[in-house]
Amino acid sequence: MNNPLPTNANVIPKENKKLSFKLDFQAYTLIIALVLIALIFGFFTNGEFLSSRNLSNLFTQMSVVAVLAIGMTLIIVAGHIDLSIGSLVGLTGGIAAILQVWFGMNTVVVVIVAVAVGALVGLWQGWWVAYRAVPAFIVTLGGMLIFRGILIGISEGQTIAPLNNSFKLIGNSYLPYSIGYIIAAISVVLLFVSTARMRAKRQSMGLAVPSTFVDYGKVAVYSFFTLLITYMLNRYLGIPISMLIAVSFAGLFLFVSLKTSFGRYVYAIGGNAEAAALSGINIKRNVLYVFILMGALAGVAGVLLTSRLNAATVSAGNMLELDVIAACVIGGTSLMGGKGKIMGAIIGALIMASIDNGMSMMNIETFWQYIVKGSILIFAVWLDISSKK
Amino acid sequence: MGTFALQMKGITKVFPGVKALDNVTFSVRKGEIHALCGENGAGKSTLMKILSGVYPVGTYSGQILINGEAVFFKSIKESRQAGVSIIYQELALVEEMTVAENLFLSHDLMRQKVINWNKINAEAQKWLSNIGLNIDPQTKVGDLTVGKQQLIEIAKALTNKTDILILDEPTAALTESDVEILIGLLKDLRSKGVTCIYISHKLGEVMTLADTVTILRDGQTISTDPIKELSEDKIVTKMVGRELTELFPYQARLIGESILQVENYSSFEAHSGKSIIKNVSFTLKKGEILGFSGLMGAGRSELFTSLFGGLKGKKQGKVIIDGKETNIQKPADAIQEGLAYVSEDRKRYGLILGMDIAKNSTLVALNKVMKFNIIDDALEVKRADEITRKMKLKAPSLETKVGQLSGGNQQKVVLSKWILNNPKILILDEPTRGIDVGAKYEIYKIINELAEQGVGIVIISSELPEVLGMSDRILVMTEGSISGEFTRKEATQEKIMACATGGKIREQSIAY
Ligand SMILES: Nc1ncnc2c1ncn2[C@@H]1O[C@H](COP(=O)(O)OP(=O)(O)OP(=O)(O)O)[C@@H](O)[C@H]1O
Ligand SMILES: [Mg+2]
Repeated sequence: MNNPLPTNANVIPKENKKLSFKLDFQAYTLIIALVLIALIFGFFTNGEFLSSRNLSNLFTQMSVVAVLAIGMTLIIVAGHIDLSIGSLVGLTGGIAAILQVWFGMNTVVVVIVAVAVGALVGLWQGWWVAYRAVPAFIVTLGGMLIFRGILIGISEGQTIAPLNNSFKLIGNSYLPYSIGYIIAAISVVLLFVSTARMRAKRQSMGLAVPSTFVDYGKVAVYSFFTLLITYMLNRYLGIPISMLIAVSFAGLFLFVSLKTSFGRYVYAIGGNAEAAALSGINIKRNVLYVFILMGALAGVAGVLLTSRLNAATVSAGNMLELDVIAACVIGGTSLMGGKGKIMGAIIGALIMASIDNGMSMMNIETFWQYIVKGSILIFAVWLDISSKK
Repeated sequence: MGTFALQMKGITKVFPGVKALDNVTFSVRKGEIHALCGENGAGKSTLMKILSGVYPVGTYSGQILINGEAVFFKSIKESRQAGVSIIYQELALVEEMTVAENLFLSHDLMRQKVINWNKINAEAQKWLSNIGLNIDPQTKVGDLTVGKQQLIEIAKALTNKTDILILDEPTAALTESDVEILIGLLKDLRSKGVTCIYISHKLGEVMTLADTVTILRDGQTISTDPIKELSEDKIVTKMVGRELTELFPYQARLIGESILQVENYSSFEAHSGKSIIKNVSFTLKKGEILGFSGLMGAGRSELFTSLFGGLKGKKQGKVIIDGKETNIQKPADAIQEGLAYVSEDRKRYGLILGMDIAKNSTLVALNKVMKFNIIDDALEVKRADEITRKMKLKAPSLETKVGQLSGGNQQKVVLSKWILNNPKILILDEPTRGIDVGAKYEIYKIINELAEQGVGIVIISSELPEVLGMSDRILVMTEGSISGEFTRKEATQEKIMACATGGKIREQSIAY
């Protein structure tokens, strides 16, 4: 033990197993929480919660929160917050509906405009935060009112409906069964292949490799659920397109967060902005990008929501920011910045949507739903903080 | 001096993946100054955190006796009530608060229903003059230099009843003159019967100050000896487990043409417009090691932070790199020009503590581990592995979070980060702060190697022997301007100190 040689690659295999279990503790608790929620609601609704029809509903509902949670993860990791997204979802969805219903524009144009408006609004808010150093909390709190105000103004307080069939299809159509199965099968294969490749790569790099059992056990569990969910959804109408959209964005942003310099810089900025700046990272520009992405994703979510409801209302997206922030925090994103995972946020979104959906099915009154969701938010943050001690 | 103030028996502490302490025994006699020495990561800080209740009872195994009685601290508060005060390696002051507020933050004076600010300020003044600091107690701590903050920390510990005072590398950030004040202070405390545990990598201080020395290596106790039976060399040998013959591996090098030319450079504070750097001119040549000496607050760090684009205020003057005039506005520009700046405050300006070692070390040179604009994990880990091996970094894995490393190893990660980017000009601000003797030698060798390859190197250091031992040429700064220049041959500690103090007699500074 007393040679002063480098020991960084000289890892002790036995203790590594413990290490990897520890690291994934949060992921496990999330899965366990999800299973518990499913069992509880399944029990109280006589299995109706887990029926194909309801699962289909659940995943459609979840996709709006999931898309937003992806962007919010980046925002929170960068050390900021966005309280305006609920209003922004309402506004972008409203603009899409107005352009289509009142001005007869076609669906493709309308979707592009909605996303572009979201991105522009993100640019505007990001500029205030990054270049004018106004705290994001304030900028987006202001934005929350401003965007809702604009929505009420331009829609003249009316509900705007109905939309074209093509627009409606975005949030209300499903993949054909066979394609659903093919996609599920491909993702299972990819999961196995990428795990095997990752293991081989880590081995060759001299990094700790989790035990075969843990790694492939995890993959097996994920695969099982992927196939099970596909099967369940195919027993009804198939995989909802909106769910596919959310999952695709999750994949894209997972890649961005892990493999691009932008992603790395966002984590560095949230972790220690001063050190990041002295390392040559352009803090302002990267923060601006994060807000632009958040805005664009809010545009996507606005389209999904309006399409699903086949209408734009002045209250659409109200309080959505709470669900989204809760999803991120439940998924392990730290409000201190610098730490957070896209996949965690997706599972968090599923948990939040399940709670919503399950309580509605049990005919629990709305006021109780608020109380429960608020408490879960506080509990999740407390869990995050106390697990650090 | 007969009985033990403190006994720690069979202490074992395990972190995930590392056994930081392995059956450590540590006994300190009443009223002595007991030095604790060991390499980076030997477990010194961990042992002291156990003693002071940072790691509460139950998170380690073993026994602690104070004055012969077993104690079981569950928190820092409990250890403080038992008369144990610790000053951490990492400063723990609230930067936004004033000196007085910081001094009495957890003191009874603050626990009144109505706080008597006059009394607090008066008390603060008393404690400040006790430790020889002449500053206004209402100054914001964030406005003070690291060295002054360190002294405030000590004063803060003393404001509570203290029987055992633990200092974890108190002098790492201090200039020689402040070290003198501190040494005087500790000797004074010893005469008043306070027991003191002193962790330092500066063995010269250990030899003048300590009564007894305990040495840790790889989490185990190697020895406890009275100072009479030790010498610096003996301590080093015990610490590293082999003999180290020379301290500074200096070699005369071929020095090339000028790589950095600074002409009439001035820099002003952003808000007040006060001038911080006044009309500084100097040249750095390829392959040259240029030392910067001066008292704390002489403006050395400010000069280079400003040149690096890290300061906001107005700047004047010419900066010529490789024959071309440059206009560096932000750190990214400086990095583009081939500059690298290892800051003196690694936690604040150097590291992302929550990120792992690999990612920290590639943060500046990220584009060097990317292919088609995508980060190549394998390449990233390979580069990180190469550089950290070269730096002799000790860590359980490259995926260990930097915040979990010992202080010295954190410093090696900062160095890795900059050296990985192959800079043309490397500015090192206190490069070996908190680094053990063995590792220092390794870092000096790396610095020499880089100079050999034609990198121009600036070393800012408060340790005169380091500046004298490493530099080809030494510049001395006083109050924002350059007050002297010495070749390696001419330079002596006396001349540099005289020059740094600007001929003015400041009694603490003329220690040599
Ligand atoms: N919170 C932590 N989590 C995991 N490992 C830790 C943690 N704190 C310390 N360690 C490990 O314990 C060992 C001892 O660290 P410690 O900080 O006590 O060293 P040290 O002797 O004070 O070194 P230095 O001179 O560099 O300050 C190191 O290997 C370090 O990486
Ligand atoms: Mg230490």
